[in-house]
Amino acid sequence: MKRATAALAAASGLAAAVLSFSGAALAADAITGAVQKAETNWTAIVMFLAFVAGTLGITYWAASKTKTAKDFYSAGGGITGFQNGLAIAGDYMSAASFLGISALVYGSGYDGVIYSIGFLVGWPVILFLIAEQLRNLGKYTFADVASYRLQQTPIRTLAASGSLVVVALYLIAQMVGAGKLIQLLFGLDYAYAVVMVGILMIMYVTFGGMLATTWVQIIKAVLLLSGASFMAIMVLVHYGFNFGALFQAAVDVHPKGIAIMQPGTLVKDPVSAISLGIALMFGTAGLPHILMRFFTVADAKEARKSVFYATGFIGYFYILTFIIGFGAIVLLMNDPSYFKVAADGTYNKLTGVQGGANMVAIHLAKAVGGDLFLGFISAVAFATILAVVSGLTLAGASAVSHDLYASVFRRGRVNEVQEIRVSKMATVALGVLAIVLGIAFEQQNIAFMVGLAFAIAASANFPIIVLSMFWSKLTTNGALIGGFMGLISATVLVVLGPAVWEGVLGNVKGSAPFPYDNPAIFSVPLAFIGSWLFSILDKSQNARDEEAAYEAQYIRSQTGLGAEGASSH
Amino acid sequence: MHAELTKKIRNNPKFVELTTKRTAYGWKLSILMLVIYYGFILVVAFAPKLLGTPVSGVITLGIPLGVLIIVSAFILTGIYVRRANSEFDELNRQIIEETK
Repeated sequence: MKRATAALAAASGLAAAVLSFSGAALAADAITGAVQKAETNWTAIVMFLAFVAGTLGITYWAASKTKTAKDFYSAGGGITGFQNGLAIAGDYMSAASFLGISALVYGSGYDGVIYSIGFLVGWPVILFLIAEQLRNLGKYTFADVASYRLQQTPIRTLAASGSLVVVALYLIAQMVGAGKLIQLLFGLDYAYAVVMVGILMIMYVTFGGMLATTWVQIIKAVLLLSGASFMAIMVLVHYGFNFGALFQAAVDVHPKGIAIMQPGTLVKDPVSAISLGIALMFGTAGLPHILMRFFTVADAKEARKSVFYATGFIGYFYILTFIIGFGAIVLLMNDPSYFKVAADGTYNKLTGVQGGANMVAIHLAKAVGGDLFLGFISAVAFATILAVVSGLTLAGASAVSHDLYASVFRRGRVNEVQEIRVSKMATVALGVLAIVLGIAFEQQNIAFMVGLAFAIAASANFPIIVLSMFWSKLTTNGALIGGFMGLISATVLVVLGPAVWEGVLGNVKGSAPFPYDNPAIFSVPLAFIGSWLFSILDKSQNARDEEAAYEAQYIRSQTGLGAEGASSH
Repeated sequence: MHAELTKKIRNNPKFVELTTKRTAYGWKLSILMLVIYYGFILVVAFAPKLLGTPVSGVITLGIPLGVLIIVSAFILTGIYVRRANSEFDELNRQIIEETK
């Protein structure tokens, strides 16, 4: 088999963005920069086809069990805590975070650790404060929780807007990443790759609903964790499981030397550091496709277990990517065959990686396991994208059918058959839209999109969820104004920040009106203050009724009495 | 939920016990996690050299500390789940039992 990554130009967004803390945060979850098509990689294609055949088989099985709305949105509520933990971890371990974080470690060493810790620490807090209330109050979407005692129409419109914006941004980043990755790994045309991802995800979601989406995610999580474990073990075997020797070798070969063993240039200033910390921590608790997973388990007990397992798997995965990044330093940097070599035989160890810095984990797969394992890891990377976009599409479709169509447009006067039909139509529409946007954004700089998605999730969705659960005086007016303040301020500040103002709109460096890439430190408090202020100013009868309804909500959220159970079949 | 049932649960001392204990425990652990994480971020932001202190060969203080934070997140969730799934759930079961 020919080397799969015969790509020429890859001005990897990550390599450039490592210069700034939040810039790296944005890029590490998106694959950016121009890539060139590789030669067709048959091993990878055969393995990927095996994955597709297996998952379509599961979809066929899931379709026979997906009859009611509850089956479609929440897999009948019958997923176990362990399975859901794997699926949540799968949603979190996107191809871009696997490739991006190992590339970050490869380029800057220790900075990769700082970054992955930020991604992980939101999970314990989600467990301690909101997981069980979420499970006890919700049904299919987080809007069920936010609108529990507030007016359905405005709150569901707000929640659906927040969901759809987050899903759209995340989806575009994943689709563009998919197209580029597949071009690099499989040698397929960008447009074919995007269309193929779109069609497969439509099939999983429309036919198999949440059950198929969950199992695709579980299988992929197991494959990715096994593949990454194998790579990390092979690296450690090389050094007789002596970490000191591995790090010593890395320091010797890395152009930055001992600097890779301590914080580098990732953290620009304290405000950026804390702002990113807020966005990562609270953004996780506002991502619609993650929140939906809490409704797939039977009760609060299983919801808690899911977070416990998910935290374990995600933490383990980040430790693996750290070892993989260091393994790539020691095993690749002295081998010119992984680099673009100049006529005089020299090459740049950091920017000269074949296919771009994001490819180091893929190159390492070849270095430790040969062409066969390279094919396996390439197939897993593709499977990963497929699983993540399916979860996103299902979350977006649910916001359209359950929140906008059933509750806002039809005011609840709708039967299940109609609602499921609309959710399937919405899935197809979102899939087609994702294909079109994926192709339209091919040449665009999309590195900011995942960061923006996290900032909006933290600023619009999270404050409303938390306040509706814990503050009896929250009113419809307060939630609506505060939520939109968070949504709008996060979006505007991202556009005015350096990543978009200078990086995308092409204005001169230093001209951005807002100096930070991440707005969360301002937009999250703004949403809370807005919700608080417009709630206490609201003296209407509605506001008094909403406050009076809090007690019943509180009792249900604490005891689970009256909560949605698992369906009997 | 009926107003009568709501009143019955609200006046059950076990319900007060459950919510007070569980909420306090949740916040305690959350604050611990936040202190660990933001403590780390503040060191990164203001005293990055501290994390570069060598501990063994080229291994710096930052490496075991980073791994420790990842492991602590997992352990804290384990501690909470253990208590919530036994003590708190038992209390909750009794409350629901007593409403019947």
